Amino acid sequence: MCEIDENYGDILEKSTIPCVSQMCMKCKSNSAALIIRAGDAFCRGCFKEYFVHKFRAMLGKNRLIFPGEKVLLAVSGGPASSSMLAQVQQGLSQDTPKKLRFVPGIVYIDEGGATGQSMEERQMAIAQLKSIFQATGFPIHIVHLEQVFSLPGSVLEAASPTPTGTDGSYKGAVDQYIRKGSTGGAGPSEEPTQPRGHPVLDVQQHLAQLSTMEVPSSQHSQEMPSSQQSQALEMLFSSVRTLTAREDLLMTLRHHLIVHTARTQSYAKVMMGDSCSRLAVKLLGNIALGRGASLATDTGFSDPRHGDIMLVRPMRDYTSKEIAFYNRMFGVASVFIPSLDTKVSEKASIQHLTESFVTRLQTDFPSTVSTIYRTSEKLQTACGPQDRDAGLTARCLLCMCPLDTTSDKSSAFHATLVSEKLSQKLPSEAAPPKQGCLSSTGRQGKDCGALTDGCCSSDRTGRVPELGSLLCYSCRLTIKDTAAVDSLPPYILTEATRRMQRSQMREEIAEFLLEEDDG
Amino acid sequence: MGALGFMSYFLVSFSRGGAELLFAGVRNHQVTLPSQSQPWTMKQLLVWIRANLLKERPELFLQGDTVRPGILVLINDADWELMGELSYLLQDQDNVVFISTLHGG
Repeated sequence: MCEIDENYGDILEKSTIPCVSQMCMKCKSNSAALIIRAGDAFCRGCFKEYFVHKFRAMLGKNRLIFPGEKVLLAVSGGPASSSMLAQVQQGLSQDTPKKLRFVPGIVYIDEGGATGQSMEERQMAIAQLKSIFQATGFPIHIVHLEQVFSLPGSVLEAASPTPTGTDGSYKGAVDQYIRKGSTGGAGPSEEPTQPRGHPVLDVQQHLAQLSTMEVPSSQHSQEMPSSQQSQALEMLFSSVRTLTAREDLLMTLRHHLIVHTARTQSYAKVMMGDSCSRLAVKLLGNIALGRGASLATDTGFSDPRHGDIMLVRPMRDYTSKEIAFYNRMFGVASVFIPSLDTKVSEKASIQHLTESFVTRLQTDFPSTVSTIYRTSEKLQTACGPQDRDAGLTARCLLCMCPLDTTSDKSSAFHATLVSEKLSQKLPSEAAPPKQGCLSSTGRQGKDCGALTDGCCSSDRTGRVPELGSLLCYSCRLTIKDTAAVDSLPPYILTEATRRMQRSQMREEIAEFLLEEDDG
Repeated sequence: MGALGFMSYFLVSFSRGGAELLFAGVRNHQVTLPSQSQPWTMKQLLVWIRANLLKERPELFLQGDTVRPGILVLINDADWELMGELSYLLQDQDNVVFISTLHGG
């Protein structure tokens, strides 16, 4: 039945092709302009209502964005995030009681350094985007990818989350906000109107600013990055061997920059513009990449992995077709910026292949994307039994998800490790430097990035820490594909060294530590 | 409609979504199709576009008879699924827009 070359054309019935004079299924009075989902025809007016309503409903259903809260919108210039920006702008400007009540800001990450664009092209794109952003009146933060080289190590810490309210406190917060507003008193940005304090957020913000590394003042980063940083970035990305790993690394760095911007500019939440189609592709692609353990956080509505900064995805209910039509019909401006997988062949990377697979399947079976989406809604992260023993759940250095590699000897992961070790040639007898690479039992020298045998070569003055034990499975694969691990941004390397020293210390004093009793 | 010497003017455009990369970055094309006895169908238009406008990588725009999955087609700002897709008969001054949904988010 399910063979590769089988043609289903004869077996399936062709659905009747709708004709021009089809009426909108909702108002039944205007002629339809587009078809959504599997056969619902809408006219322009009803479609607009439907689109706008879905956005409000998504925010209202999840009740995570409190009134008066500062929310950062991560806009890439593409159609979905531009549409999100337009929805937010529209929602804030209305005078109905249902208007959105948070305080937005915009962040744009300029990735031209990694995708190989010239400075002029990047500046032109930024100028175009700025003209779109400035029309909204929200604060704009333009961050260049090269600024990863000046990030502080605190970006990789998952701070403890700000206390989230329950439904009752959400309603209370909304009522309080409305009351404050009607007395003509506090504006949305005043501290006292916030229903709960942000003590942890404030502390984190101060910590980030106090860090010894230079904090990029992103609001004034009008100037393009220095050529030294651009070269460092180019060296990092050209040392990655596969496009899959390159895309993964780019996404990780992008997330770190967004989280850092949110922390330093005191935003509590970040809105990402991932659409339903995008998330369906991401779900399947992540399984192929080895990220199965973190599916719920990667594709769910809210992403709590960074602790104090929560990522939300309000566009996750919209298919890319709906977004494209809305942008076209109602004049939402977007800018096309080439990315790593523009015009590549179909099998160039896992992510790209998954995208073409899902898109192709969608044309023949229009319920593909929505089925995947509904499945993703049901996913939840389970806490493993070992998490309760450790004081803090060990998290991956790069993607901040709980480590999925601390598994027992009978797991499939352990089997891959064993077979990898056996198929590698024996390391040379050169003794690794004592204070250098800490090789935990069973780790191979391959992970520290040096392609020569043995651990980090002793003629290198700086220490290249072995990252393998600090990463989850798929980040390990990404780093394995990176030839020059020392060209990673310094914040990653220093944080890795720190964590390994910490764990080594913990091992040394393990017998003296008082164990927590399981309650 | 079947008169000889009948020339049809169409506007073919590509929204800012990446599809224009395959057409040398030119987004709007005023197209005059040579006259023929039967009205032009969308299918024939696609063949014509491939032969005359497409500058590179045809497999990124067309797949077999139709457009590649992920590329939306709007005829006069309406979904082409409502018009009959490939069998739609083109009329004078029609506006055909191709939007690529494979990029951006």
